Amino acid sequence: MNTRAATGLMLASTIALAACQKKAPEELPPPPVETATPTPTAPTGPAVGSQTHFVEAVGQANTVVYFDTDRFNIDTEDQTKLQRQAQYFSQYPQVTFTIEGHADERGTRDYNLALGERRANAAKNYLVSIGIPANRIRTVSYGKERPVALGSNEAAWAQNRRAATVTIN
Amino acid sequence: MKYVLIAAAALVAAPLAAQNQDLGQPIPEGGEVETIEESEGLSGSVSFEGNLDDLGIAIPGFATDRDVATPASSSGTAALGKELARVITADLRNNGLFKPTGPDALPQPSFGEITSPNWPTWSNRGAEMLVHGYVRGRGDDRLTVGCYLYDMALQQELVREGWVVPPADWRRAAHKCADLIYSRLTGESPFFDSRIAYIAETGPKDNRSKRLAIMDSDGANHRFITTGRSTALTPRYSPDYKKLSYLSYVDGNPRIYVYDIGTGRQTLVTQSANPTFAPRWSPDGRWLLYSMAVNGNTDIYRVSSSGGEPVRLTDTPGIDIGGSYSPDGGRIVFESDRSGAQQCYVMNADGSNQRRISFGGSRCATPEWSPRGDQIAFTNASSFNISVMTPSGGNVRTLTSGWQDEAPTWAPNGRIIQFFRTERNSGKTSLWQVDLTGDNLRRLPTPVDASDPAWGPILP
Repeated sequence: MNTRAATGLMLASTIALAACQKKAPEELPPPPVETATPTPTAPTGPAVGSQTHFVEAVGQANTVVYFDTDRFNIDTEDQTKLQRQAQYFSQYPQVTFTIEGHADERGTRDYNLALGERRANAAKNYLVSIGIPANRIRTVSYGKERPVALGSNEAAWAQNRRAATVTIN
Repeated sequence: MKYVLIAAAALVAAPLAAQNQDLGQPIPEGGEVETIEESEGLSGSVSFEGNLDDLGIAIPGFATDRDVATPASSSGTAALGKELARVITADLRNNGLFKPTGPDALPQPSFGEITSPNWPTWSNRGAEMLVHGYVRGRGDDRLTVGCYLYDMALQQELVREGWVVPPADWRRAAHKCADLIYSRLTGESPFFDSRIAYIAETGPKDNRSKRLAIMDSDGANHRFITTGRSTALTPRYSPDYKKLSYLSYVDGNPRIYVYDIGTGRQTLVTQSANPTFAPRWSPDGRWLLYSMAVNGNTDIYRVSSSGGEPVRLTDTPGIDIGGSYSPDGGRIVFESDRSGAQQCYVMNADGSNQRRISFGGSRCATPEWSPRGDQIAFTNASSFNISVMTPSGGNVRTLTSGWQDEAPTWAPNGRIIQFFRTERNSGKTSLWQVDLTGDNLRRLPTPVDASDPAWGPILP
């Protein structure tokens, strides 16, 4: 269970409790009993399926694949990265994730949105081809809207032509 | 496979309630502007024979018969008369047309002189043309505005027209007067009485806020439609100005919505979990084109604007996207990389007879058919300049030379092209426009950075 869902449950039970309290109690509630707070026995680390856990497991460099101008093919370097990702997702079959497709700024807006979608799907299709179920993978294109490198030069553009895998969006 | 598709749809489906979370307050719809049948003006030919750019036009304040309070101006109809003349002067001057002189440098004619100019007052001011007008408050709060154009050399009226406008739409009367003058002197169709939808941008390059915004053709009556919580892109006005279609990430995915300006509600262009891009209306407003990516492959679809089953118009592997109708609605020019790079293609409105028209060696993107039908504007996506060509792809001319110019949109009369320019490194954006001749390049003032302009037709 992730933290957000746990918080949601806690909220829900608080609300339920509040609703109960509106009724006048028929008898006085029993006095509170002293309970010891359980101490965590396992060492705390990033939760399975969190982005931190994913990055620590596969390595930051393996979470992003890069593309040439206007291209969307998965080359051997990309395959190695995606295979590493696939190992993680095979190990934790409950984890769903998103592949974000991006383009550099040197393209028209509409085309770049479609190109980002094509890149995200290329990465997804490769993961599916090596055994990751398609229904665990969401794709989203940001076109040229979310650059990571901010310069207007070939080095920056090369970093922005990418498909990035994220486990929490 | 079917199971997988359904599962994927469930994964990306967002609660319907999320769809309206980025919209600001609904804006009031524009009122009706009624044209008055004035008595027939004389239709003499214009005496001036020089270059129209050098044509001097005197535009003194519009007169009023009685200075009365009006919701259009806290200072009354007399002050509003001067303001009307200022708007007309700015329209003509900012577009590089003629040499207008505005009301602040001219004497104020009386109400009686509007139909009978005091010629000696104007003859020594070096203007070849004289504009007179009046504004009158009516019992029902609306305003009557009259507009007259006189030829100074002939001492003769060239054209006149009048309009009844709600007070909130007083600027439309000024734009209609500017259109009347422009059309009478150039023989071209009008364009000032129109609006522009665009994307207002703020914030750093890696965290831009992008809001849907609208404004009049001169930048007045500026309004934000979305709040900026979600990225909004690529708006298009419906031809009747009642709706805006645009891309929004409001549910986390890029999808096209149709926003109803009157009700403030919006709906998805199609009930599909797939991303949709690049909305485009047909000239008669009956059809809406959109592009949809399925498993990474993007094709162009057409759907009736009143709903119904979408029809896929393209089916080649690759990115087929955008689309712009010919003025008669019979053909569509669009962009495709089926040849390996972005090029422009024309097809019939039902998707048949697809053929490439751009062979210049550069990438051809975002083609837009001129409202006159004789030209197609496009982004040269190799050099990132705005260019035009004929519908068969001939006579290519480059009109701009910014670091990155893209997304041309036509003035209602097909004489001016608007586009947006991106600055190198900073990523700052701004709206610009240029004549079809390549002259009169100018930046449109906007409150913040601006991109993705879409110029609507003449207001109904």
